[in-house]
Amino acid sequence: MFKIEVNNRIIEAEAGETILSTLKRANIHVPTLCHMEGLLPTGACRLCVVEVEGMNGLIPSCSYPVREGLKIYTNSPRAVRARKTIIELLLANHPDDCLYCVRNKSCQLQDLAEEYGVRERRLSAEKNEYTIDQTSPSIVRDQAKCILCGKCVRVCEEIQNIGAIDFAGRGSKTVISTAFNENLNVSSCINCGQCILVCPTGALREKSYLKEVRDALSDPEKHVVVQHAPSISVTIAEEFGAKSGIDVDGMLVTAFRQIGFDRVFDTSFSADLTIMEEASELVHRITTGGKLPMMTSCSPGWIKYIEQSYPEMTDHLSTCKSPQQMLGAVIKSYYAEKHNIKPENIYSVSVMPCVAKKFEIQRPGMGENNIFDVDAVISTREAARLIKMYGIDFKNLPSGASDTPFGERTTAGKLFGGSGGVMEAALRTAYFMITGKEMESLKVEAVRGQEGIKEAKITIGKLEASVAVVNGIGNAEKLLEQIKGGRDDLAFIEVMTCPGGCIAGGGQPLNTDKDKIKSRLGALYKIDQTENVRVSHKNKDIKRLYDEYLGEPLGEKSHHLLHTHYMKREVLK
Amino acid sequence: MSKDAIAKIMEKYAGGERDSLIPLLQEIQDVEGYLSRKQVEEIGKLLKLPTGKIYGVATFYNQFRFKPQGRYHVQVCRGTACHVKGSAAVLDAIEKDLNIKSGETDRKGDFSLEVVACIGACGLAPVISVNGEFHAGVIPKDIPRILNGYRDTEVQNEQNR
Ligand code: SF4
Ligand code: SF4
Ligand code: SF4
Ligand code: FES
Repeated sequence: MFKIEVNNRIIEAEAGETILSTLKRANIHVPTLCHMEGLLPTGACRLCVVEVEGMNGLIPSCSYPVREGLKIYTNSPRAVRARKTIIELLLANHPDDCLYCVRNKSCQLQDLAEEYGVRERRLSAEKNEYTIDQTSPSIVRDQAKCILCGKCVRVCEEIQNIGAIDFAGRGSKTVISTAFNENLNVSSCINCGQCILVCPTGALREKSYLKEVRDALSDPEKHVVVQHAPSISVTIAEEFGAKSGIDVDGMLVTAFRQIGFDRVFDTSFSADLTIMEEASELVHRITTGGKLPMMTSCSPGWIKYIEQSYPEMTDHLSTCKSPQQMLGAVIKSYYAEKHNIKPENIYSVSVMPCVAKKFEIQRPGMGENNIFDVDAVISTREAARLIKMYGIDFKNLPSGASDTPFGERTTAGKLFGGSGGVMEAALRTAYFMITGKEMESLKVEAVRGQEGIKEAKITIGKLEASVAVVNGIGNAEKLLEQIKGGRDDLAFIEVMTCPGGCIAGGGQPLNTDKDKIKSRLGALYKIDQTENVRVSHKNKDIKRLYDEYLGEPLGEKSHHLLHTHYMKREVLK
Repeated sequence: MSKDAIAKIMEKYAGGERDSLIPLLQEIQDVEGYLSRKQVEEIGKLLKLPTGKIYGVATFYNQFRFKPQGRYHVQVCRGTACHVKGSAAVLDAIEKDLNIKSGETDRKGDFSLEVVACIGACGLAPVISVNGEFHAGVIPKDIPRILNGYRDTEVQNEQNR
């Protein structure tokens, strides 16, 4: 620790950190556009420049190490002028589209223009003109609004280890492009949407299905149902200005009812259903010498990744559909029959933390005879927009409860929202299936936390099982290569595409960062700690579903409705 | 034959790092005339780079192409002398006439277009070359005549085939 002077104030600095980190800790704000927490600085945008006494040029604070005795001015006239010019340059070829832009009021470029008082177009260049790439089921790319900060490229390559996009061309012709400038839908993009979360502008956004949903809601012929994923209730409040980590489950249900959805279901219910099927499958594979390690199948980005990068390993994947698809399937079969509604008249919406779920509903096998398990997926952000659009006063809503026949959910299902959650829930039930007893302590500490790969040894009766949790697709390659190379001690692997799990999915509120991930996870764990039914096999509505309709886990009906298959995909990787 | 040559080049760069990318791309293009998707994917595997990265790096330079050259490969000199004498307008006229940009090949595979630094024929500026045949002192108005000449030859060739 040593001291430096900033804006005539003395603050503490630590050796080895950058000026920017020091300033952040002292709550001194310097704007940034290309800076990414935890990654090496590129110095691309130069917005973070500050003036340092005794130095000639302005210094980019994100990449410059602090030294003892530095005297820094973050808002000297020179620094402010430089920043304003950078902003003006960025705006020079930018489309004046704010009114129609999805990022209106949540755009960093717009904020900066406002903060620096840009009131006229002083610099003007030819406007960007590109065709908007709408080919992906999940992501829309609008190059005209791209300011080339490079964050999407970095998250895709350095965090997710996909590398679907990169800088191409040079000079004023530089763009972000896929290989061979192909459309995104045929590229190696796995639809995770992490690039959307980091993009400062409207250049990247989710493919929105709000119009389709609203059309269905106003169609008297349609019976419109909605399901919301386990993580939504602990993140959506942020879109209404609340701090992160607040659970608004009951209010969310009421909001959907007020909008006019005929039924509100909770995907955590079908997460319990997934656990029943998946734990049975795991036990079956272990006891009959099936393919191990078994790998989870609820994260569609991960599924596409393995299909395109490790097609020879798809038999490791659990054949279970994801909770979204399972609920979709039983809504249009069991629920439809029970209530005498024609499946083709049901419009099934799901609210997901994930933009890859938009891709998942289009996969082959996710429905039959032109009746799809799920008809439209909207992200957490879109759901918040919908709620606002219907003029609902979210903050003052009474609490509501999910509809029958899928009304109950356990906290195990809820845990699906965070990395390690599927593992924890599956272990609880697999343990019961094998031993006939509950685990002594239901909490499996080793699979919680934010490390990239978490491993644990679990004793289940006479059985010793090693399990691993991959937290973020960027960590998958390492483990897959180990398995290819002969590693054979693992029985079960959970993989979540997004670092942190669904609570940090590509459809979640923007500005998702480490602290928010932590408090959102905290909210999930708190639910698990405080409620009574914490294991999927004790969910009474699940029991009834098997008794009345499905028969037994892995039975014929389950197989038909709740399981799926995988394929090899040819893409340019 | 070119397959062997490609295999040899790939072998030479096996285990290479990222800085072998450009020379590798150059050697491949010298043999194949362009960078095919398949080959870029192989290069990606060899150097452990995503194809998007390779494409990105390659598009930074003018010299790389991603489609085979057309039967008639048009090179437009953009050296200083040619520039001074109006080669930008010439390039523009060619792009309009062929409806392709530099680095591209037309649909039928008849024409491809490339911008080159200096052909070394400054005395003839502005100069273009089609399959090595020089056209000197070109002005935009000449372009349709020059290109149609090749189109006619192509029609005749086709009839003779
Ligand atoms: S990206 Fe930002 S600045 Fe650009 S149009 Fe959208 S809101 Fe406006
Ligand atoms: S969605 Fe994910 S895989 Fe696709 S470009 Fe964005 S970060 Fe890369
Ligand atoms: S698309 Fe967004 S994140 Fe990517 S470079 Fe452009 S502005 Fe930055
Ligand atoms: S944030 Fe420092 S250069 Fe972009």
